[in-house]
Amino acid sequence: MRKTLSLLLFSVLMSLGLTAWGAEKTLNLGVIAELTGDMPAVGASCRNAAEMAVKEINAAGGLQVGKEKMKINLIVEDNAGKADQSAAAAQKLITQDEVLAIVGPNASRYAIPASEIAESSETVLITPWSTNPKTTLDANTNEPKKYVFRACFIDPFQGGVLAKFALENLKAKKVAVLYDVASDYNKGIAEVFKANFEKLGGQIVAFETYTTNDKDFSAQLTKIKDAKPDVVFLPNYYSEVPLQVQQAKRLGLNVPFIGSDSWGSDELLKLGGADMNGYYFSTHYSAENAAPVAKKFITDYEKAYGAKPDDVAALTYDAFGLLFGAIKDAGKADREAIRAALSTLPSYKGVTGDMKFQADSRDPVKSAVILQIKDGKFTYFTNANP
Amino acid sequence: MSDGIVYWLQQILNALQLGSIYALIALGYTMVYGILTMINFAHGDVFMIGAFFCFMAATMLGLPFAPTLLLTILGTALLGVVIERLAYKPLRNAPRVSAIITALGVGLFLENFTLALAPYPKHIPPLLENVTWDLGGVSLSSLQVIIICLSLGLMIVLDYVVHRTPVGMAMRAISWDKTFVPLMGIPVNLIISITFAIGAGLAGAAGTMYALAYPVIDPYMGIMVGWKAFISAVVGGIGNIRGAMIGAFILGGVEIMVTAFFPSTYRDFVAFSLLMLLIMIRPYGILGQPRTQKV
Repeated sequence: MRKTLSLLLFSVLMSLGLTAWGAEKTLNLGVIAELTGDMPAVGASCRNAAEMAVKEINAAGGLQVGKEKMKINLIVEDNAGKADQSAAAAQKLITQDEVLAIVGPNASRYAIPASEIAESSETVLITPWSTNPKTTLDANTNEPKKYVFRACFIDPFQGGVLAKFALENLKAKKVAVLYDVASDYNKGIAEVFKANFEKLGGQIVAFETYTTNDKDFSAQLTKIKDAKPDVVFLPNYYSEVPLQVQQAKRLGLNVPFIGSDSWGSDELLKLGGADMNGYYFSTHYSAENAAPVAKKFITDYEKAYGAKPDDVAALTYDAFGLLFGAIKDAGKADREAIRAALSTLPSYKGVTGDMKFQADSRDPVKSAVILQIKDGKFTYFTNANP
Repeated sequence: MSDGIVYWLQQILNALQLGSIYALIALGYTMVYGILTMINFAHGDVFMIGAFFCFMAATMLGLPFAPTLLLTILGTALLGVVIERLAYKPLRNAPRVSAIITALGVGLFLENFTLALAPYPKHIPPLLENVTWDLGGVSLSSLQVIIICLSLGLMIVLDYVVHRTPVGMAMRAISWDKTFVPLMGIPVNLIISITFAIGAGLAGAAGTMYALAYPVIDPYMGIMVGWKAFISAVVGGIGNIRGAMIGAFILGGVEIMVTAFFPSTYRDFVAFSLLMLLIMIRPYGILGQPRTQKV
């Protein structure tokens, strides 16, 4: 019995050793995605794009690191749509799987806790979709974090774009806002929008809140209707917006609704149907108006997953593009070297446009797009540059 | 009508709708507690399953409203009986804490089982032609009328069943004494099964109406609503059917009115402080009676 056991142990050790000393070396990269919970469409897009980016590199023989080509081993963790599990997933990827860098989580309320772990463990984390400024800022000093980057624009920019759009394109003088006060992203952009819109001379006539998982917004919407706004701003996630719009219509509130990049999932169209037609939202890119570099990504993605890539997919792909570029530049599989290379990376041409990290900032400078929902589809409306 | 009156009438209507939804779920809580003195924490998740049954009947079978509602009620009633047989019956004589923990476990099982099958939120197609009447500025939808009438109707039926029928008499007898009632020839297991079937069937009806009123459903939708319905049942006096109804309208009313009066951020804080105050003044709930414990 003891003999077989030790033989078994020996063979296990041998096989472990063989993979470690095998012909080719591999790099571990981690992804934290919202695969379950209240925004599974976001997590699925993130995972799909990540797997695609890695497959492309591995099919080409691996990533050039210094003198050798290394294959990439992707480890995807689910955060279940929870802040604590996001932090736990980051901890596991860093200490147990010893990943070189992490991509994700996407929603700000999950990206912020995960970014704290990455920062204190000195591991690069790039969030594709988290637009809240706090994700890349140290909570105590308000200085940029050293190891946390993002592939998207930030809410102060997006809020400004939307405020200008409401005032100039929709000719709105009075705007009402309804947002989730328990979620970092929603709260952040609602406040930025309010400040920008009032600075431009507009008036916020109602500033109403609810908490995550609420389904009844009738009291707030009745209050909003009473304030007689020209436009209602709903900076909330795609699974909640259709309910808010439908309830507003049932209460006889028939004004245009506008939203932010959290609207940009095909699920919004499935859940909202014809009720969403005619409304506008700001986002990161438009599949129909994308740069030439994006065309290949869009066709490949459609072929692999049977759907047009949404903004999360495009940004995840870009996050990997940035990361691959940084690893190549660093020339070695070292966390600190990658951080240094990423912050000095020259302008990167991505699916979602050109981006570059400015000195002392972890937020790339890039433009935004305004989309309109028309006949159950997202259509390009206008561009907004920083 | 002046704007102010229109505004308040609309808010009262909103409160009635929200209260009715809470009431439909609270009835199931209070019923099971009344008979077995057991808090069935899986009830909110049975309600969620009800919404998913409604989704399946409406989309996969393409049924209209009435058969969907009926099928959902039957489905959840069956589920309620199965849960009781498999999870609660073996623990009927165990300490009460064990039963509560089991109920929480059943709830988690239902949530994660649904999550594994349907991770994406689902959209319920409009099963009813929704007409919105404009009464001098106040919007009243046919859906609101149906929800309010259905919850009032079910409460009256339930009250009748418990207080005026032989089955109801047997239920009340079991709630009084589980040891001697079988000696009178009352089939205890059958009556308890019926209790769970009715309770879960009510959750199914609530799930259907909720899914029609708020047509985006997900596996976690039962948690918060379940808690609020439980609170309604406690405020009204748990175990008392009319109390559950009153408690639900109080909770719905307080939630809506706090939002109407104060900035909406204060809603849960003010609403639940008020309810705590109420419980401090009347610890057994509004219509609840202190139970005499035999020592």
